Amino acid sequence: MGNIYELQHVYKTYRNDGKEFTALKDVSLSVEEGEIFGIIGMSGAGKSTLVRTLNRLEEVTDGKVLFYGKDLSELRPRELRNVRHSISMIFQGFHLLSQRTVIENVEQPLRIAGISRKQRKEKAREMLRIVGLEEKENEYPSRLSGGQKQRVAIARALSSDPKVLLCDEATSALDPKITGEILELLKRINEERRITIIIITHEMSVVEKICDRVAIIDDGNLAEVGKVREIFSSPKSDAAKKLVFPSNPFESGTSGGKLIRIVFDGTRASEPIIANLVEKTGKKVSILSANTKSVGGIGYGQMVLELPENSGDQKIIRDFFENSGLVVSEVTKYE
Amino acid sequence: MSDYIIGIIKTGVWETLQMTFFSALFAYLIGLPLGVILYSTSKGRLLENRIVNLIVGTIVNILRSLPFLILLVLLIPFTRFVVGTSIGTIASIVPLTVGAIPIVARMVESSLNEVDPGIIEAAVSMGASPLYIILHFLIPEAVPSLLLGGAINIATVLGYSAMAGVIGGGGLGAIALQYGYYRYQKNVLWLTVALLVVMVMVIQEIGILLSKKKRKV
Repeated sequence: MGNIYELQHVYKTYRNDGKEFTALKDVSLSVEEGEIFGIIGMSGAGKSTLVRTLNRLEEVTDGKVLFYGKDLSELRPRELRNVRHSISMIFQGFHLLSQRTVIENVEQPLRIAGISRKQRKEKAREMLRIVGLEEKENEYPSRLSGGQKQRVAIARALSSDPKVLLCDEATSALDPKITGEILELLKRINEERRITIIIITHEMSVVEKICDRVAIIDDGNLAEVGKVREIFSSPKSDAAKKLVFPSNPFESGTSGGKLIRIVFDGTRASEPIIANLVEKTGKKVSILSANTKSVGGIGYGQMVLELPENSGDQKIIRDFFENSGLVVSEVTKYE
Repeated sequence: MSDYIIGIIKTGVWETLQMTFFSALFAYLIGLPLGVILYSTSKGRLLENRIVNLIVGTIVNILRSLPFLILLVLLIPFTRFVVGTSIGTIASIVPLTVGAIPIVARMVESSLNEVDPGIIEAAVSMGASPLYIILHFLIPEAVPSLLLGGAINIATVLGYSAMAGVIGGGGLGAIALQYGYYRYQKNVLWLTVALLVVMVMVIQEIGILLSKKKRKV
């Protein structure tokens, strides 16, 4: 399948009271049709700015945002509005009309597109069925819970039959259980309706659960982009490592001691690697921290180990892990 | 109090209501669009435009800072031009409208400012045009606040209408002035004041009631 989006050397600079702030620096990436693409970064990294360039809520300062090969910045206002019918967006704050009922909210994009009243109602009801809120159509948003509001927003976003759904921190205001439900809903929509989904988040768990590929944004730069599995098993950039690995609060108890982190992916996650080490080399290590997670059904894990003082032993241990196919790296405190 | 006075007061109440209603109506016909312009052309809004915002803002500020009594006098030639006379109930509607327009415009602007900008952003992302956003997102969302502001504005116009009595306008203000002040009929004065207070309170309560009924938050 082709690319739905292609970003070429995108820059965004804000000027405010003579001060310049560059929110995006030379970001180039592409999003494939039909995938769930994550954009992750710390707050202030520029990810929200990035997603807003995708429907031109933000104008880029330099570079190009191509939507199906069309440069968005070249569109005239009317053309842009038409293109926006196929780029829907949901937000952290839901942004529903508080003075309109649920179904009237869902109808809005259809009204804008000039669809007749009868067709609007029908379509809106169908969308509410998809998100499981058909019995709430005459309620006002204030009567709904956060998760329900986001479902209404999703129904509204889907009503115009978009090609892509942009999610700007769509689950950040929700508790973990509701977040899980919303993510499942998004996944289902992606699979059943073949809608490309682009998710902005600061939570790695969101990316783990549903994204196919992920881009890591750090201080306005694209630090890394790739398949979620690959980034989980071998993050290359510092920004990616920071997001994938929990911060290590320990330091070596002895002066010559060293801390290493070993990372194992699904193919080895079931092997008793530490037991093997002791059995094969007779060297011992202490486990300072360890965790595993499941990404797309495959387990990934990492451990922080403390090595003995003797540098010869250290080499033997490192060699053993590397020969077992694990990624080994030295860590210091808070890394 | 004689039947004659009571008859005059009845007419006065009716005239005051007429002046207030029509002045407020005309003031909203002009002030509401002005308020929308003030809102939407300000920084970071839908139709950001510094020049338009500055021009409209300056006119509104000048009109609003003129004491109403001065405005009444200044507008006499204009009133004559519009309705052919500067005396009477209908003539008073002209300066009342002009005086209320800037107040309405600022009140509308502040109601619109209360609308969550996220809703506007959502509307833009749906591909709505600026006019559509104003009519179908901005104003409907601001309705409860606009109703409250409306009640305050109508009460203000009612107060102003009493002042119009000074330059020959009709209504309760003129009666209070002529009978209560010039003829020392204290009971007439107090009665007109009481009636004005009751009218303001009724308007205010209606506004609050409507606003509450509309507010779905």
